[in-house]
Amino acid sequence: MAVTEDHGPMAQFKITTYKEINVGGYDISFTNSALMMVIAVVAIVLFTILSMRGRSIVPTRMQSLAELSYEFIAGMIRENIGSGGLKFFPFVFSLFMFVLVLNLIGLVPYSFTVTSHIAVTFIMAMAVFLLVTIYGFMKHGFGFLKLFAPAGLPIYMYPIITPIEIVSYLSRPLSLSVRLFANMLAGHTMLKVFAGFVIALGFFGVVPLVVIVMFTGLELLVAVLQAYVFAILTCIYLNDAVNLH
Amino acid sequence: MPQLDFSTYLPQIFWLFVTFGVLYITMAKVALPRIGEIIEERRDRIAADLDQAERLRAETDEAIASYEKALGDARGEAHNIAQSTRDKLATKADKKRKEVEARLATKLEKSEAKIAKMTDNAMAEVGDIATTTTASLVNLLLGEDADSKHVSQAVKAQLSH
Repeated sequence: MAVTEDHGPMAQFKITTYKEINVGGYDISFTNSALMMVIAVVAIVLFTILSMRGRSIVPTRMQSLAELSYEFIAGMIRENIGSGGLKFFPFVFSLFMFVLVLNLIGLVPYSFTVTSHIAVTFIMAMAVFLLVTIYGFMKHGFGFLKLFAPAGLPIYMYPIITPIEIVSYLSRPLSLSVRLFANMLAGHTMLKVFAGFVIALGFFGVVPLVVIVMFTGLELLVAVLQAYVFAILTCIYLNDAVNLH
Repeated sequence: MPQLDFSTYLPQIFWLFVTFGVLYITMAKVALPRIGEIIEERRDRIAADLDQAERLRAETDEAIASYEKALGDARGEAHNIAQSTRDKLATKADKKRKEVEARLATKLEKSEAKIAKMTDNAMAEVGDIATTTTASLVNLLLGEDADSKHVSQAVKAQLSH
């Protein structure tokens, strides 16, 4: 087993079971993915609670950072949804921090990128989709269906526009989850492929090494950017449910 | 591709629910209200401080205005006092000068009168002397006394032109 261990670019995405748990025939084993999620949650909780321990009017550096992330998401909600979206603030904040920290942890060598798995990103995107749909129907009743028939169009446009709107609405969870998952997958695979060249090229391995260093910087940007994109798209989708236009 | 290994889906999703649930509850119940509270507190504090600063500034402006006014009043009063003193002194000096002038005028008049009298006396005496001299000359020349009335008439006539 150890001899044939896979060292290819995809090996980093392998789910390793640390402790097998089986409840009622369902496999809920504690894996490296679960460990990273636990680490991320502990990190976020410590960051948001410990940094505010001083509760000072003039903030410390860490408190400033926590307040900055709070204001960042609050501003995002205010701009994209308005005051009606404030009840979703904890959800969007948790989602943003969760994705952000998981993306960043994934950049640490020998760690594991939870968000590079479609199972996780799809469930998160599905949660956003269901939240928007259920809240939309709860708030507007069947009037929520007006989302698929934008007002102010010539009557003959509706047979064309409505199916397009429905398809684009239903494809949201897919596009949201695949965007995050594919970005993480592609970036990390690329880093691994270039890392393989470093050894294979011997002395000239310096060239891919430099490329890796630059790509790591780019990946850092992508990690933050994808968390931002996930959060802002969530806001834009929630806006449909809160303020039916 | 490990992402397509469906046997790993259930544990991933289960732990996603557990960890994200814990995160959401902690954020919603503890962390975010606390951060919001502190930000709110700071905003209130800053607003209160600004209010107080504004009030203190208004008070300062008021104090400066009243100071300026007092200064202006004092300056005006000082000016008035100086003016009245100057007037009083001028009046007094004027009065004294007039007195002195009047006294000098009286003295001058008296002296003039005296001089006039003395001149008259002198003139009168000149007439007497001339008469006496004329009488003596006539006596010497004619050997007899001239009529004193004639002499004095002649002298007078000579003196008068």
